[in-house]
Amino acid sequence: MNEIALYFRYIGISIRGQLQYRVSFILYSFGVGVLTGTEFLGVLALFHRFGQLRGWSLPQAAMFYGTISITFSIADSIGRGFDQFGNMVKAGDFDRLLLRPRSTVVQLLGQELTLRRVGRFSQGAVVLVWAQSALHLAWSAGTALLLIAAVLGGACLFIGLVVLQATSAFWTTESLEVWNAFTYGGSLMSQYPVTIYRPWFRQFFTFVIPLACVNYFPMLAIIHKSDPLGAPVIFQWLAPLAGFVFLVVTLQVWKFGVRHYRSTGS
Amino acid sequence: MRRMKPYLAIFNARFRMMLQYRAAAIAGLWTQIFFGLVMIMVYEAFYRSTDKPQPMSFPQVVSYVWLGQALLALLPWNADSEVKSMVRSGAVAYELCRPIDLYNLWFVRAMAWRTAPTILRALPMTILAMFVLPLIGLGEWRLHPPTLTGGIAFACAMICALLLSCALSTLMNISLMWTVSADGIIVMLTALVTLLSGMIIPLALFPDWAQPVLRALPFAGLVDLPYRVYLGNIAPSGLPAVMLRQLLWTAVLVLLGRWLLARGMKRIVVQGG
Repeated sequence: MNEIALYFRYIGISIRGQLQYRVSFILYSFGVGVLTGTEFLGVLALFHRFGQLRGWSLPQAAMFYGTISITFSIADSIGRGFDQFGNMVKAGDFDRLLLRPRSTVVQLLGQELTLRRVGRFSQGAVVLVWAQSALHLAWSAGTALLLIAAVLGGACLFIGLVVLQATSAFWTTESLEVWNAFTYGGSLMSQYPVTIYRPWFRQFFTFVIPLACVNYFPMLAIIHKSDPLGAPVIFQWLAPLAGFVFLVVTLQVWKFGVRHYRSTGS
Repeated sequence: MRRMKPYLAIFNARFRMMLQYRAAAIAGLWTQIFFGLVMIMVYEAFYRSTDKPQPMSFPQVVSYVWLGQALLALLPWNADSEVKSMVRSGAVAYELCRPIDLYNLWFVRAMAWRTAPTILRALPMTILAMFVLPLIGLGEWRLHPPTLTGGIAFACAMICALLLSCALSTLMNISLMWTVSADGIIVMLTALVTLLSGMIIPLALFPDWAQPVLRALPFAGLVDLPYRVYLGNIAPSGLPAVMLRQLLWTAVLVLLGRWLLARGMKRIVVQGG
């Protein structure tokens, strides 16, 4: 069985397991949808009170919000195995994975595909659909593909971040909560166009952790808005690639970490 | 006083247990600072987008954000995971055997469980937001110290907020008795609490037509009212009215919780053996 077939086998089992508690699953997903919905009510209230955000209208900002919610929920759902990796190191369970003649990445990703993120995903999708109709957005095959590329690139970037979080557990034995600032905090930050932040902050999330490249820049091309920061259109189209590159780099760091793994022996 | 003794012991034991999670609190600190900074930058951009006078000034909102980050753990945002596993495993039957009142027991547990992590986080957050930010050139984003009377009034309002929070937390615990998979209900309650308490944005920034509703509900007493006392947005002379509202709602929620618990007891089925 090749690695991809193995991955789908793993997540098939995980999904069947989660669907055993159907009522609990539906109630919880719905609850999370409501919870993230209230967060958006906050955004609505602020726009209602202040009118606009440094030249950005509510539907424009909502495009960023909806896209990042979708992106983050996909990444959170796929990357669960890496997110929980600290517990695995602590319990010594990682040894078992190393004994199997398969890639550790596939085995960890296959640990769980969390369906519960569907609540946040749908909430983001509702906001996105509303925002694009409020903007009377003219879609072309190109911009639709760019949106998909932005979502996938963003998902890769967030998965890259949990891979780094997991890698740090090789040295600290515990998954450090400090990474939450970049994952959860990064998704919070991406709900708004990066132009509203201070330059040092913006530059960090463009060049070090390229979140702006998977959300802000492609979105400009999708909503046909010229960049107040002056990025050329060609860059807006190519920016999502940064997310894929980020994941490839973090996986190299992961491989380096695996070589340094010492079992806790428990 | 004798009757209080077991509850004091429970509070002590829980409180000390919760203080063990120091590393987690420190690690969480960085995330909360990050969140605080992002929120402040968003508010800054909004405040620079309009000339219209707002119900709260920008420096007030900044202080409000930091107070929210420092006191986040005080919010009733989840059910006690130990009570949850007790209900699930059937061990809740042991709780019923104890010669003390179950509602009081859970309420006291909630008190310890809300205060210990709050103290662990609030102190370093306050030092960072009040004193370190100005040192690194971010003075506009600092938490402004309160006036002396404002500070004392704030402490009183926060004690009442704690009681209100514990009444809501206990209500969440009790909801666990009705369904084994109460997660969905609790998440929705959390949504209500975070939105209507003023945790997502200060209640004053909601549309004017929503203000009477927001003011009538119990949740404002958790966050918005005490923070406004801190900011001087509510003068210290307004403190009795704030405390009265908080305590009245606490009483209502305690009575509701007791009633639900009594009803739940009648139909409890202990799972497993």
